[in-house]
Amino acid sequence: MSGHEFQSFFPDSGGVDMTDTSTNIDATTLAEMRQLASRYPEARSALLPMLHLVQSVDGRISPAGIEACADILGITTAQVSGVATFYTMYRRRPGGKHHIGVCTTALCAVMGGDALLEQVSEKLGIGPDETTPDGKFSLERLECNAACDFAPVMMVNWEFMDNMTPEKAQQLIDDLAADKEVSSTRGAKITSWREAERVLAGFSDGRADEGPSAGEASLLGKKIADEKGWAAPKGGKA
Amino acid sequence: MADKLTPVLSANWGTENSWKIAPYKKGGGYKALAKALKMTPDEVTGVVKDSGLRGRGGAGFPTGMKWSFVPKDNPNPKYLVVNGDESEPGTCKDMPLLLASPHTLIEGMIIASYAINCHTAFVYIRGEVLHVHRRMQAAVAEAYQAGYLGKNILGSGFDLDIIVHAGAGAYICGEETALLDSLEGRRGQPRLRPPFPAVAGLYASPTVINNVESISSVPSIINHGPSWFTSMGTEKSAGFTLYSLSGHVKNPGQFEAPLGITLRELLELAGGIREGHELKFWTPGGSSTPILTPDHLDIPLDYEGMAGAGTMLGTKALQIFDETTSVVRTTLRWAEFYKHESCGKCTPCREGNWWMVQMLRDFEAGKAADGDVDKLLDVASNVGGKSFCALADGAVACVTSAIRHFRSEFEAGYTTPAWELFPYERSALFAVPAKDVKEGVHA
Amino acid sequence: MSVVTKPDQAPAPVETVTLTIDGIEVTVPKGTLAIRAAETIGIAIPRFCDHPLLDPQGACRQCMVEIPDAGNGRGFPKPQASCTIEVAPGMKIQTQRTSEVAAKAQRGMLELLLINHPLDCPICDKGGECPLQNQAMSNGGGASRYNGVKRTYPKPVPISAQILLDRERCVLCARCTRFSEQIAGDPFIALVERGALQQVGRYADEPYDSYFSGNVVQICPVGALTSAAYRFQSRPFDLVSTDATCEHCAAGCQLRIDHRHGVVRRRLAGEAPAINEEWNCDKGRFAFVSGRGEDRLRTPLVRENGELRAASWPEAIDAAVAGLAAAGKKVGVLTGGRLTLEDSYGYAKFTRAVLGTNNIDFRARPVAEGEAAFLVHQVAGRTLGEGLTYTDLENAKNVFLVGFEPEEESPIVFLRLRKAVRKKGQSVTAVAPLLSAGNAKLKATLVPTLPGAEAEAVAGLKLAAGDVILVGERAALAPGALSAVVEAAEGSGARFAWVPRRAGDRGAIEAGCLPSLLPGARPVTDVAARVDVATAWGIESLPPLEGLEAPAMLAAAADGDLAALVIAGVELSDFADAQLARAAVEKVGFVVSLESRRSEVTEAADVVFPVALLEEHSGTFWNWEHRPGRVNTVIKQVNAPMTDLRVLAALADALGTPLGFRTAAQALAEFTELGTWDQPIKPEVASRTRGHAPKKAKAAAGDAVKLATWRMLLDGGRGQDGEEALAATAKPTVARLSPAQAAAVGVDTGDSVVVTSPAGWYELAVEVTESMVDGAVWVPTNSPGTPIGELGVVHGDDVVLSVGGAQ
Ligand SMILES: Cc1cc2nc3c(=O)[nH]c(=O)nc-3n(C[C@H](O)[C@H](O)[C@H](O)COP(=O)(O)O)c2cc1C
Ligand code: SF4
Ligand code: FES
Repeated sequence: MSGHEFQSFFPDSGGVDMTDTSTNIDATTLAEMRQLASRYPEARSALLPMLHLVQSVDGRISPAGIEACADILGITTAQVSGVATFYTMYRRRPGGKHHIGVCTTALCAVMGGDALLEQVSEKLGIGPDETTPDGKFSLERLECNAACDFAPVMMVNWEFMDNMTPEKAQQLIDDLAADKEVSSTRGAKITSWREAERVLAGFSDGRADEGPSAGEASLLGKKIADEKGWAAPKGGKA
Repeated sequence: MADKLTPVLSANWGTENSWKIAPYKKGGGYKALAKALKMTPDEVTGVVKDSGLRGRGGAGFPTGMKWSFVPKDNPNPKYLVVNGDESEPGTCKDMPLLLASPHTLIEGMIIASYAINCHTAFVYIRGEVLHVHRRMQAAVAEAYQAGYLGKNILGSGFDLDIIVHAGAGAYICGEETALLDSLEGRRGQPRLRPPFPAVAGLYASPTVINNVESISSVPSIINHGPSWFTSMGTEKSAGFTLYSLSGHVKNPGQFEAPLGITLRELLELAGGIREGHELKFWTPGGSSTPILTPDHLDIPLDYEGMAGAGTMLGTKALQIFDETTSVVRTTLRWAEFYKHESCGKCTPCREGNWWMVQMLRDFEAGKAADGDVDKLLDVASNVGGKSFCALADGAVACVTSAIRHFRSEFEAGYTTPAWELFPYERSALFAVPAKDVKEGVHA
Repeated sequence: MSVVTKPDQAPAPVETVTLTIDGIEVTVPKGTLAIRAAETIGIAIPRFCDHPLLDPQGACRQCMVEIPDAGNGRGFPKPQASCTIEVAPGMKIQTQRTSEVAAKAQRGMLELLLINHPLDCPICDKGGECPLQNQAMSNGGGASRYNGVKRTYPKPVPISAQILLDRERCVLCARCTRFSEQIAGDPFIALVERGALQQVGRYADEPYDSYFSGNVVQICPVGALTSAAYRFQSRPFDLVSTDATCEHCAAGCQLRIDHRHGVVRRRLAGEAPAINEEWNCDKGRFAFVSGRGEDRLRTPLVRENGELRAASWPEAIDAAVAGLAAAGKKVGVLTGGRLTLEDSYGYAKFTRAVLGTNNIDFRARPVAEGEAAFLVHQVAGRTLGEGLTYTDLENAKNVFLVGFEPEEESPIVFLRLRKAVRKKGQSVTAVAPLLSAGNAKLKATLVPTLPGAEAEAVAGLKLAAGDVILVGERAALAPGALSAVVEAAEGSGARFAWVPRRAGDRGAIEAGCLPSLLPGARPVTDVAARVDVATAWGIESLPPLEGLEAPAMLAAAADGDLAALVIAGVELSDFADAQLARAAVEKVGFVVSLESRRSEVTEAADVVFPVALLEEHSGTFWNWEHRPGRVNTVIKQVNAPMTDLRVLAALADALGTPLGFRTAAQALAEFTELGTWDQPIKPEVASRTRGHAPKKAKAAAGDAVKLATWRMLLDGGRGQDGEEALAATAKPTVARLSPAQAAAVGVDTGDSVVVTSPAGWYELAVEVTESMVDGAVWVPTNSPGTPIGELGVVHGDDVVLSVGGAQ
């Protein structure tokens, strides 16, 4: 079977977790939310970034986060909840410090993604959409992450971990668990999921210059062309 | 005849710090902008029209024509929205472009905005690609500093702001009207058309939506002219494009070539199918484009060629599967993708994918009932062509094309699990203990 | 009277489109949707999400048709959703009747809709009137090919105290969410989750408390939304339906009332495109059980040795007649705003012809001098179309609200304005002390106005011909406000309408329940008018002097200047000064009460006659547009309860001057025969002074501010008694203060504040309200436990504020 358990009963669906009302949202966060709202011709456009910001502060979409967004944008909490529950990047329960994703859409699955997910899941002792008790890792089964020429693909805090193998996955988890320095194959040094969410909210972390310009696979065609002396007509480079 | 490979967009991806403005300018960047700003907006649109550039987001709609649909007499502001959602399974060309050369897109955006009289442009990038956001955010900041964005760009009197916007995980937001709803802070569900975005798009104002690659192709067209562009590719599929090879090929990667190259040629460049294996099936442009087989190796990979083969060029995401692969398994995985990504708005997509996934699981487990292939086809026929947007058509395409080419494999699902017919560990790129396959994830 | 000429209404020629549907040629207005073009020739295309009053959604895909020719010679390659396709000239459409492609698409869609639908029709409230069930029966396959697992959720979850949601049954048509967002402007429910898990949801801490929430139960095409009130009450096919007009407010909603075994089980919005379209408010839908309580009166009561005791009808009539005869002409009649036109006419005739006085007033609410003149000159005698209509409201470019809160005081007016704001860009301006939530949904501009200063604010409005002013009954309390409205309209060519609150108000004026007006808008002081009526009634003469207005009657009764009161359904705390009203019924000597339930009045009365509930009645309500709406007897009983008219007729007989009718039909016939007075009433500008001096608060107790107040739609009104789920959706009782005022008093949101008048005080929770004017406090007029009448102050009076909690 595919490994997706076919779930048909959804007792907890429909909204965020209201049992945990804790929040770290403070005046600074609210000011940043307002700043996001002011970036757009119409404030509501900032809702997705604002929810990313909520995650960076509260580690999940918190009730307080929903209420703050509704309040600032002048929409109802039901409307915010409708948006927050639509997108898969928004979490209902606290994510780990590091959010591990394993792609298991057809191509990655076939090429080893299924086995990787199994391995990582066993190693962390958690299934997809769960977080380790120490709060260090959360795991997610990913749909295609636009890196198929680097399959099988994993993501850590939404940074590419290309061309994964069981050995590399093992090492990756061990290093992260030991707080060793880990870098994305096509990105920056790994920090944390929350810091990633802050960048996605639109607050730069100034680390754009880390990592290579492109991975090997991305450069393959250009490399062959160079070798063969192929180019677009008349020095077609723009 | 142009060369076999024609790197234009990818030409600078290997240069040091290629994502920064200085190397980009050194390589000739922002010259097209200066040139375009000396033309009239209509002239710019005219050049793009004449080039025959067609949208690289999948549908292949002529880009210049799309720009010309923006009504000039509409008093509302005009918007340009660049579609960087890139979530179609197999598709992986826009992300490397944005990582390596965000300024190509920014230059294209400024030119396009100038052509349609837009003063606020957006790049909507899927959320799950952190470094792409960093590069894009930084590049926009650099462009402001250099005076390419903001007020009175290069003294032309033209103003433009660019907003980099992160999605939050939803394939449907690649569909242009769902993208607009998402960008307005709503659930990303497609809108009724008409009105078309060109008339009433973002904030009900005239809006042009183009793919990252489409807009990134514009600076080179402005620099070198339409006939340069049409000297590559075929009559109706002009120019160069990024082909993405992935899967069971020796060297997967990006290949920028004139439209009309064949998979046989590309496979050759990629070193062929992985050692000791042979091609079984492939997608020409992502999972939504009906699959093809080795019989189709020599058909030109352009809009017409693929249409002629009963499929679509799509995003030119060539996913290659060798003979170890179970078609039933990949079809199920795609179906699960569509079930996961269906926005839920319309009945056929929401319910049809729920149903098809369950049927395909039976096929995979060897538990399907006699006659279920025809039932699956009939259910698919009640979904395809009936849905609100094209997502469900893609979902159906991968099912029906798989059955068309590999019916007997599905029929085998009446009795035998797919993992017995095609032991899954054989498809992986690395050694997977067979036991895992049976008892672990797959059992 | 200002004769209002309507703006040129020559209908613009409608551009039409001719096409063929199933081979039948049809011509429809341009822009018509295919599904509706088909309806015009009797072709029904199945549908779920389509609703003519909601924006097209195209979500359920049930309405697929084939379009072999789009009108340009080319067809659509795929079947199309007919609810989202606009017709085009020359278009050819083939529905399920003639196209196998369309038929298969529809069959397939139904099968898909059913794969996750529970098989619980036998216990579903909708079973028997369910579009999905009907479709499945008429067009569905005999058996499902689906043998997978069904999606399941926990069974019904409350989305408000009144509305329950069963997600398993939902077909995700989004009618409910679209209604809430587009029509009511209360998007407290939304689609949540994605894909197969998409569902209707609310935020856990913000229930779906909308005044219009019941409509979603009605438009849900399956049994996913049900009401606490009607759940498991009946099977639709066991119900008997009766058309009716709502008795709660002056909107005039057409309703369908369903009863079973002599008990009303539910009420639905009727279809009345010109009035309530297809909507109603939750009060109209759910507040109908108040007559079922222990306090229902079943027998006449007479007072004996200071105690009320049950009595026979003849006994009670004798007692009433004795008391009334003894009082002679020193009697007053208070009829309230809840009577049908016919009942009001009965009281008017009884008062004037039988009792021989003009002391009759329907206004069981604060009354100011000058209001009557306004009603006489600007309201009475108008017929439908002479004044403004709902359609006029919808078409107006600018609407001004004076002393009127549409959502609270006339919710269907609110919906129509909202429609115009949303679809036609109407602009709304409110002359009010604060921008209410309802007016915010109308995107209204606030002209911040201190209570009592409305006249000045109206004079400052920029009005133009074609603009509309809606003025509420509360405006009368602001000195000069009514005349300011009249002057502003006359000066600009704008038009205005008076929108009273209660269903019977408009009819009462016409029927003759104002002390200065005989039936048919005849001035009491006009000899010819009196002769006209006296002749019709076959009596010698009518009393020539204007009678006492309600406050004067109460004062006279309390002072012993009146000897008896006849009171229909009236609550004492509704008057401006509840204590005065109480003194009146206690001191007047003799009180006859016609009521269906025990009340403060019946407790103080000497004779009580039990009268029929509205559902046991027939008659007519006139809405604010002056449009008659039928009230039909819903519960027909073998021994029908006595109506007000039959009691009055019996009393009249016994008093020696027969009333001349005993039934509503006879009363209406006589009233109609009498007709409306056709002599012009001399225009008169309303007085600029009020009937009572503004009350000065006791000094030094705290900050003296102006009282701003209006009634909430859901409040302590007795007509809402017994429906607890409805009451739970009411807005909380708060006192609103501007930030500056709150700071001056030293309170903040969540604190409590004491509002004191010379007569007493209430302690209320504070809600600091940005838009509120300084120098005032807003409180609801009649919320449970805090009727403002008990404080003896009205809108515009002074009250004193102090910090609560410590007292
Ligand atoms: C389900 C679905 C997903 C899509 N995803 C993308 C996407 O990720 N990126 C993209 O550019 N276009 C995507 N498209 C196509 C867009 O709707 C649109 O045609 C395109 O962005 C237009 O740009 P172009 O003309 O430059 O190709 C998608 C379409 C559908 C129906
Ligand atoms: S609850 Fe009813 S009205 Fe609302 S979406 Fe579901 S089926 Fe439609
Ligand atoms: S009625 Fe047409 S799609 Fe629902």
